[in-house]
Amino acid sequence: MSQNGKAIGLLQWIKSNLFSSYLNTFLTVISIWIVYISVPPVIQWALLDANWIGSSRDDCTKEGACWVYIGFWFKQIMYGRYPETEVWRVNVSYALLVGALIPLFITGFKHKSLLTLFLLFVYPIISYFLFIGDSFGLPLVETSLWGGLFLTLVISLVGIVASLPIGIMLALGRRSNMPIISALSIGFIEIWRGVPLITVLFMSSVMFPLFLPEGMNFDKLIRALVGVMLFSAAYIAEVVRGGLQAVPKGQIEAAEALGMSYWNTMGLIVMPQALKMVIPGIVNSFIALFKDTTLVLTIGLFDLLGTIQIIGTNADWLGFHIEGYVFTAFIFWTFCFGMSRYSMNLEKKLHTGH
Amino acid sequence: MLGFLWLREITMSEKFDVQPNIEQSISNDPMIQLNGVHKWFGDFQVLKNINLTVNKGERIVICGPSGSGKSTLIRCINHLEEHQQGQIFVEGTELTGDLKHVEQIRREVGMVFQQFNLFPHLTILDNLTLAPIWVRKLPKKEAEELAMRLLERVKIPEQAKKYPGQLSGGQQQRVAIARSLCMNPKIMLFDEPTSALDPEMIKEVLDAMIELAHEGMTMLCVTHEMGFAKTVANRVIFMDEGQIIEEKEPTEFFNNPENDRTKLFLSQILAH
Repeated sequence: MSQNGKAIGLLQWIKSNLFSSYLNTFLTVISIWIVYISVPPVIQWALLDANWIGSSRDDCTKEGACWVYIGFWFKQIMYGRYPETEVWRVNVSYALLVGALIPLFITGFKHKSLLTLFLLFVYPIISYFLFIGDSFGLPLVETSLWGGLFLTLVISLVGIVASLPIGIMLALGRRSNMPIISALSIGFIEIWRGVPLITVLFMSSVMFPLFLPEGMNFDKLIRALVGVMLFSAAYIAEVVRGGLQAVPKGQIEAAEALGMSYWNTMGLIVMPQALKMVIPGIVNSFIALFKDTTLVLTIGLFDLLGTIQIIGTNADWLGFHIEGYVFTAFIFWTFCFGMSRYSMNLEKKLHTGH
Repeated sequence: MLGFLWLREITMSEKFDVQPNIEQSISNDPMIQLNGVHKWFGDFQVLKNINLTVNKGERIVICGPSGSGKSTLIRCINHLEEHQQGQIFVEGTELTGDLKHVEQIRREVGMVFQQFNLFPHLTILDNLTLAPIWVRKLPKKEAEELAMRLLERVKIPEQAKKYPGQLSGGQQQRVAIARSLCMNPKIMLFDEPTSALDPEMIKEVLDAMIELAHEGMTMLCVTHEMGFAKTVANRVIFMDEGQIIEEKEPTEFFNNPENDRTKLFLSQILAH
């Protein structure tokens, strides 16, 4: 009986939402047709007819995707030219990161602030020495050997973690009453926002060394990192400023009336409210930054996409571009979707009913 | 609305009969002193030559038509607004642009706003303990004990774990009063504390303020609650166009106003 009722409800829903008029009926039919002609072939290609096992292109006999190709180049896609015997160092750092992140998602875990401090200040130092080596008995691995997803993660994580505080300071600076600070902040933000990232990267790798005294040279990766970081910070600054403007003036007055200092007022009252309001905007910037890191290819750093393009030119494996790009897209999508879900979760958690 | 004010005035007068006087010694020890204070917003002069002395334990009600500068006046006392001419002394310290002095004075002067201005991202308890912990540097546990004592005083200890958005307006304003008291202020400023409240919630806030007055707090209230003025104030100040027009004891003020503008104002606010 109840199932019958449900069925009628469903039929009615379909009728009122999908077939309520001639136009709607037409659009529904067209949509079903598009889904019908596009989805099954993709599934057929990517999953059903795909080749999963093997070690060379000769193993790809079926018509579908040749995932053997991805499997064959997996190490390069993940780590670039990082020496095979040293890859464990990257994995240890990954494990540390995941190990430290998981407790942060467990509600009721007591030492969250301690763990956050570890992640922000201790973890980067440990990772730096692990990746670079040349101390503690670890052999040196030059940054020119870094690549693949590893490099993508290094650039985007450093960019994300560093650009948020810089962006917050710039946003506060822009709203400062002190004319010099506000002018400097506005100038900085407008210059960096007015220049395409690709230009920033070119300038950091080609022009910047020209201005340095002879013999002095920064690592190319570091120059790119600084460029990405400052570029992203300018965007974050404007997003955060939007949040700052949305916090009612009465909040600042109430804090001031309690005798709180500027930094306490900003840090404890204004920023928590402003940042909460602009979580979608911040995450949006971070997702854009994550994808923009692929531009480092133009200055000769081989991130995930760059590596895929290189292996695509290997004479033994010509003709598997599509698999490479689909795989890259899938990885990017996974990370971006993860960030998006996390931000939604965060918004819900921080909602206090006002 | 005005008729309603009249009704409440009667009830407040009854209260007045029960407790004819607040037994408080008002010493001759000036807590606040304003000498020839002028203030402009751009070309518009909001305060004109304000001279006012508030002694310890005094309860002063400031009233006047909107735009008369009464809010600006009390906002100058804790430097939320800056005066441009004249001198303001709070507990002997002159208010200048010097941040050190300003922060020091703000610790001594509590303020309650029309819009409550509770911190919406913090629980009630955290709203109260924030300033004691960060400004007075009290240990967390001590601050929480203090906060709970004050929440009991304003009769809402059971709301401590909630967020401001979950409370009624009257409850929020009582929390705001408790939050100010957490800093152990010597002076309390009230900027139209009941104007944003629904009528049935005004009494609970006024009761909290009356209790505070009984305890000898030095208070400056900008309010149109004339019943409150009669019960609690020992001086009523009428302001218009940035000036103090009339300054009297409440009985005198309501029965024998001298200035025409005061008379007009009183007739408008009381006659209905």
